[in-house]
Amino acid sequence: MKAFTYERPDSVAAAASLAAERPNARLIAGGTNLLDLMKLQIETPTTLIDVNRLPLDQVADTPEGGLRVGALVRNADLAAHPRVRKEYGVLAKALLAGASGQLRNKATTAGNLLQRTRCYYFYDTSKPCNKRAPGSGCAAIGGYNRIMAVLGASESCIATNPSDMNVALRALDATVETADAGGGARTIPIAAFHRLPGDTPEIETALRPGEIITAVSLPKPVPGIHLYRKVRDRASYAFATVSVAAIVAKGDGGRPSAARLAFGGLAHKPWRDETAERILVETGSADAAADRVLAGARGYGSNDFKIPLARRTLRAVMDEAAHA
Amino acid sequence: MEMNQPIGQTPLDGRPDGLVGRPVDRIDGRLKVTGLAPYAYETQALRNPAYGFIVEARIARGGIRSIDTAAARLAPGVIHVMTHENVPAQGERREQVWPQLQGTEIRFFGQPVAFVVAETFEQARAAAALVAVQYDAQPPKASLKDALGEAYKPKPAQTDPDSQAGDFEGAFGAAPVQLDVTYTTPPQVHAQMEPHATIAAWDGDKVVLQTANQMLNRGQKSLAGLLGLPPENVRLVSRYIGGGFGSKLQVQPEGVLAVLAAKAIGRPVKVAMTRQQEFHCASHRTGTIQRVRLGADRDGRLSALAHESWSDATPGDQFFETSANVTRSLYAAPHRLTRHRIANLNVPVTSAMRAPGEAVGQLAFECAMDELAEQLGIDPIELRVRNEPAEDPEKKVPFTVRQLVPCMREGARLFGWDKRGDAGSRREGRFMLGMGMSAAARLNPLMPSAARVRLGPDGYLTVRMAMTDIGTGTYTILAQIAGEMMGLPVERIRVEIGDTAYPMAAGSGGSFGAGSAGSALYVACDNLRQALLKAGDLRPDDAVFADGAVRAGNRTVTLAELAGRDGMEAAGEIKPGSLKERYSHYSFGAHFAEVAVDADTGEVRLRRMLGVFTGGRILNAKTARSQAIGGMIFGVGAALMEDGVLDPRYGSFVNRDLAEYHVPAHADVPEIEAVFLPERDDKANPLKSKGLGELGICGAGAALANAVYNATCVRVRDYPLTLDKLLPGLEEREGRVQRRS
Repeated sequence: MKAFTYERPDSVAAAASLAAERPNARLIAGGTNLLDLMKLQIETPTTLIDVNRLPLDQVADTPEGGLRVGALVRNADLAAHPRVRKEYGVLAKALLAGASGQLRNKATTAGNLLQRTRCYYFYDTSKPCNKRAPGSGCAAIGGYNRIMAVLGASESCIATNPSDMNVALRALDATVETADAGGGARTIPIAAFHRLPGDTPEIETALRPGEIITAVSLPKPVPGIHLYRKVRDRASYAFATVSVAAIVAKGDGGRPSAARLAFGGLAHKPWRDETAERILVETGSADAAADRVLAGARGYGSNDFKIPLARRTLRAVMDEAAHA
Repeated sequence: MEMNQPIGQTPLDGRPDGLVGRPVDRIDGRLKVTGLAPYAYETQALRNPAYGFIVEARIARGGIRSIDTAAARLAPGVIHVMTHENVPAQGERREQVWPQLQGTEIRFFGQPVAFVVAETFEQARAAAALVAVQYDAQPPKASLKDALGEAYKPKPAQTDPDSQAGDFEGAFGAAPVQLDVTYTTPPQVHAQMEPHATIAAWDGDKVVLQTANQMLNRGQKSLAGLLGLPPENVRLVSRYIGGGFGSKLQVQPEGVLAVLAAKAIGRPVKVAMTRQQEFHCASHRTGTIQRVRLGADRDGRLSALAHESWSDATPGDQFFETSANVTRSLYAAPHRLTRHRIANLNVPVTSAMRAPGEAVGQLAFECAMDELAEQLGIDPIELRVRNEPAEDPEKKVPFTVRQLVPCMREGARLFGWDKRGDAGSRREGRFMLGMGMSAAARLNPLMPSAARVRLGPDGYLTVRMAMTDIGTGTYTILAQIAGEMMGLPVERIRVEIGDTAYPMAAGSGGSFGAGSAGSALYVACDNLRQALLKAGDLRPDDAVFADGAVRAGNRTVTLAELAGRDGMEAAGEIKPGSLKERYSHYSFGAHFAEVAVDADTGEVRLRRMLGVFTGGRILNAKTARSQAIGGMIFGVGAALMEDGVLDPRYGSFVNRDLAEYHVPAHADVPEIEAVFLPERDDKANPLKSKGLGELGICGAGAALANAVYNATCVRVRDYPLTLDKLLPGLEEREGRVQRRS
């Protein structure tokens, strides 16, 4: 770990100015990912801005009937929030499927949004990685890529976004609220928040330099059955091989009358395809929806299994929804 | 004492209510759970230590062209940077302890190339990243499969790599039923909680290491050899050890580097490996390729069996995984062949991991037996019963005690084996259910060990030996043995172990720790008893040691009185004798597992598991059960998830942390039970006990793999059985079912 300056501001404005003024600054909240990255010198901030004192740890109702989740709300607290459990089941389930109890107690909403990929080669500074060292190449292509992307990848990067929470937020059409040093505020739809790697895999989100996430807003609850199915190599504390967040409303005869589907483990961002959702509602066929979602899928060797697995998992989720 | 004949009646036999065997809580448990037990890195005794950090090679094969340490030396807090250019002279390699920083050749990824010492750990680590090494890299050789053509017969280790009896090829060719299958197991890492750690401090020409080491006397000898010192000048201290599983059987690079650097700077040096370094800098278990051939008649009687195993070793080393050794003793068959071959690859050091040989050997062989049972339509237990040998089939000597069949029968009864259906026949919602079983066998060696006991005038007994407790419960069982022998409660026994200043002991490894160290202690206590009786002029024939006193004839004298003002001491020693060769020494057991396989995703989850074992006299019912269950959980990991993935392009482990190298988490461990059948092995050691530290893993994973087959009709022969390997079989089977309907 490299030496760094540590700051602990107590207002968003102070944090935002520090973030704007200090070169190579990073925010730290739960630290469940950043500290590991710093020890391995994958992240080498010269200033660490501890945001834990910012007043962003509340969950509040919005006038539109939704929820506004402060950036510092811990994953465990969010999953336990009564309205989240009752009205945003897909989010509660996704949160609880993630990490371990200890990590969920530390990890925050904004931190989870920004958690970095688990690509093995990203974590190994002796290997090329365009995300860690732009222009150096991608060791995952042609290497062991069991956990890598099958959708939306590029010649530069085939890493995935490892978050469970992000998949549920994508299904819920959440928006990310930010503030900056100039007093500006933005709302960014979750669909536009995470990026595909393209030829700049080091740029992972739509955040601008110095911009701070203040909250995540959930629109009013989406009616239907909320499911989050995470397929993983061990029963706890494992990242998803494939996951499906689904909100399914049932109409006549139990057929889906509305559906939202988002996938984790497949791409550099939570993957959602609204056309596939329409196909699902029109045809009632999970396979037809899977055909659409996976039309452009490409395996890289050890992750080929994700393509049939995604289809099978979607089928299982729709089956569960039909019988719920 | 030398084990040349069965032990006969002992003081431990007359006391069914005695201390030995009781589920006594660990006497070190409170210290550990309250954080007060100092592990090597936490030892406070040494003042003002400096901190070391290992710089590892970032290539797997080639040479160091140049190494620039200028920036590191100028970094804040840095005291010393050691490389091949300034490292002190060292002696030859001893066993698997290599001299460090020798020359420019790189043989494997992670090989230490420099050692940075600074005032703080963080400074050392930051400076380590500034050491600039230029390499002349060559493409590494890192795939065992690709190197099979150049595999060769290694030098015999404890046993010959090859064995044969009769005419295997002829008998196999003539057998009416044949099975010829190849299984592969991946590299595995020990993943022990406490990383390798050492604090080294010199005093003149003597050095003391506070270190995490399972076999202190072995470490002392190899390190002294490497440093060119007499062994008595090298002291190893390991009071508490956070797991070893074989990775601490010998001094690892961090220990050697700490000693050298401490000498160079004249100050104690403290070093611990990071979790990532554990994968490359420390040793791991090799991957294996194993071919099993079975020839049988239609009733399942084996006429021919062969078990061949290929493993890899780091350049210049010949350590081999003895996968097929256990096969030499497990089942009867007149025509037999076992063979071990190795290939040298540019991989980190391969070495012993919990049940070296058996752990992966039985993953292959016990599944092959299941395949044969399936092919013949015979119950897997029945198949094993039909091939139960009357004596060790290759050594041609009797077993000391062999209760494999009772273990299988009792296990079947307790587990409800009769509810096991045909393969692919049980379904519960979206889960396919299956049951599987496996035999378990593990060598039960006895190693030389010594102990000293001292009864103080206060009536407390102090036990001293260079034994270790790696989390197994050694402290506690030693207190129980001494307590029962002397008629003292556990509270009046002080167990002082983990220091080469004490009498030589076997250490913890190879399932020999409890039996060997415990027997030395037994002998020492027996000698002390005789000495006390003599001192008190008490008749030995009806003397009873109980409640802190000796009753003999009509006299009762307290131990404190007998010890006198100066106290009384005795020593004891145990050695293997002729019984070692006259009998075949094994612990046996049987595993039963029930799994659920998600029919959609191929995820395998264990539902419940049972192990029925024999371990001779059980020394502590609680720690024995913990050992057995811990071993079984290792088996769960080996079967379902543990997978050290080597990228052959780089010769390095890809998933080098515990987020991506999966061992079972709590949620993967449902109801697991371990049962011990009554047994006394009077040819094993004076305690009549057998080793239990490794038996639990032997065959455990095979029981799961066989259960997965029983659930799915899909046989995966490439461990671990992850969902990606099951899915093609599931899809193929669904296709067949659809075509039929």
